[in-house]
Amino acid sequence: MNRAETVVNSLARTLGEVVATGATPDEGRDVTTTPSRPAVVATGLRKSFGDHVVLDGIDLSVAEGTVFALLGPNGAGKTTAVRILSTLIGADGGDVQVAGHDLATDADGIRAAIGVTGQFSAVDNLLTGQENLILMADLLHFGRAEGRRRAAELLGKFDLVDAAGKLVSTYSGGMRRRLDLAMTLVGDARVIFLDEPTTGLDPRSRHTMWRIIRELVAGGVTVFLTTQYLDEADELAGRIAVLDHGTLVAQGTPDELKRRIPGGHVRLHFADIAGLDAAARALGEVTRDDTALTLQVPSDGGVRSLRALLDRLEDASIEVGELSVHTPDLDDVFFALTGHPTTEKETVR
Amino acid sequence: MSTLTYAVSDSATMVRRNFRQALRYPGTMIMSLAMPVLLLLLFVGVFGGALGMSARGDYIDYVVPGILLMTVGYGATVTALAVNRDMTEGIIARFRTMAIFRVSVLVGHVVGALVRTLTSAVLVVGVALLLGFRPAGGPGGVIAAFGVIALLALALTWLAVAIGLLAKNAEGANLFILVVQVLPFLSSAFVPPDSMSGAVRWFAENEPFTPVIDTVRGLMLGTPVGSSGLIAVAWCVGFALAGYFWARALFRRDPVR
Repeated sequence: MNRAETVVNSLARTLGEVVATGATPDEGRDVTTTPSRPAVVATGLRKSFGDHVVLDGIDLSVAEGTVFALLGPNGAGKTTAVRILSTLIGADGGDVQVAGHDLATDADGIRAAIGVTGQFSAVDNLLTGQENLILMADLLHFGRAEGRRRAAELLGKFDLVDAAGKLVSTYSGGMRRRLDLAMTLVGDARVIFLDEPTTGLDPRSRHTMWRIIRELVAGGVTVFLTTQYLDEADELAGRIAVLDHGTLVAQGTPDELKRRIPGGHVRLHFADIAGLDAAARALGEVTRDDTALTLQVPSDGGVRSLRALLDRLEDASIEVGELSVHTPDLDDVFFALTGHPTTEKETVR
Repeated sequence: MSTLTYAVSDSATMVRRNFRQALRYPGTMIMSLAMPVLLLLLFVGVFGGALGMSARGDYIDYVVPGILLMTVGYGATVTALAVNRDMTEGIIARFRTMAIFRVSVLVGHVVGALVRTLTSAVLVVGVALLLGFRPAGGPGGVIAAFGVIALLALALTWLAVAIGLLAKNAEGANLFILVVQVLPFLSSAFVPPDSMSGAVRWFAENEPFTPVIDTVRGLMLGTPVGSSGLIAVAWCVGFALAGYFWARALFRRDPVR
């Protein structure tokens, strides 16, 4: 079974789907959702630009030391939410507390506790990478030596040592993004806002960014990120809030969201047509594909139903080649929650 | 550290940012320093012959204070454009989300602009001396005149910062450029107002640049300044304060992008 598992794993990973490895799919996630003091709380947050309502009363709460993803398509209001929470623009209504400070009365208290990396790179193009980092250190009032030490450390960590003395205007997109995040991390921010941190990055830079985000959280930092990539929220976040036209249409762990909608199934692959026939008879309501030698069995992807399924196959002495669990991905969730897809993409399923 | 030391420290950081950027583009820097010197050469060499006919002594003695006024005006337009361009940089948004002394971003521009403008003014006077400019007011008069020039530069720079913040793009700052570059011509900067006609003359006698230019000229040439001095200082202080508070209010607005 071990080898089959490996195959399933790699296969499913390329498909970007969730794989059953015998453990609960929630493992490693529930840890981050244990309730603690919230790092970000917003109640009834509203914002309009003229007649255009961008945020129509959203409520959210982000536990300290977790990753929270605000997920939604372009124009949903994600950036506006981040801009308000990070004190960049004012709200029309609602209460906000970040790191224990109230936005209305103590915006500077919030500013001292947060780091922000916006969608447009917030770097100084006319300075070098190193000068940008030292500029941050100076504004955070670290001494000269400490500022240089932090700058050097971040240049190393973000693979910018060779480019440290070059003007930022000569940097590539990925380098600018890395410098941008490095500048956010010069201070010891407790809450970090990342507005679409991986938009426009190549896959390798994207994984580097994910790794950095995980390291931050491991260090006790709270990360509030926005993304339009469903797999990114799934990959990183302990909790996801789905934003659509200025309203939160759902909140929960990625798995909670995925379980809320139908469409999940288990795919079984057989060595020969006889196995396929036997399984189809034993399981009843299935969708079969004779050429691919696979069966699709409806399932919520939960451990209990998987065990029941495997027991039935075991009882009928049917040998299964490969097994993979296809919980609905967040694209399905989005469609089910809002009635419209995030993108115009064709659904293969 | 107290709030005041933070304000000073953050402003110093922003001034360093401004200088570092300026030094990175020496061409632009040299251009903006040399422009007023070119104006001086133009006025003395081209118009000087014709205008020098008036029985007011050497035209160069009359025109240097006017060129210094142009220098300040030109410096202000460079500042307005620089601030306008800087506001489109993403880093400004970052500054706004940091617990820093906010106005320091603007102070960096103002200090940088003052240093640039005054350096340019010193160059103008240096070249004028080589061309035969003989300020009768002596070194003391010239230094006092530079005090007035510095005050005017402070006033126009803060206004320029406000305009740079207000304008949606570089084109939007053009009206200001027009005003600060044309107003000196409608003053006593290049020709005495009594040679102008009716309404233009009334305007030239009462616009803020005229008392400033009369004061600078009086101090440099050792002629009586009269009430112009006080009026000039009042205009400058008024504009500086108005510019500062206007710029500060504009910078506190929610950014558009």
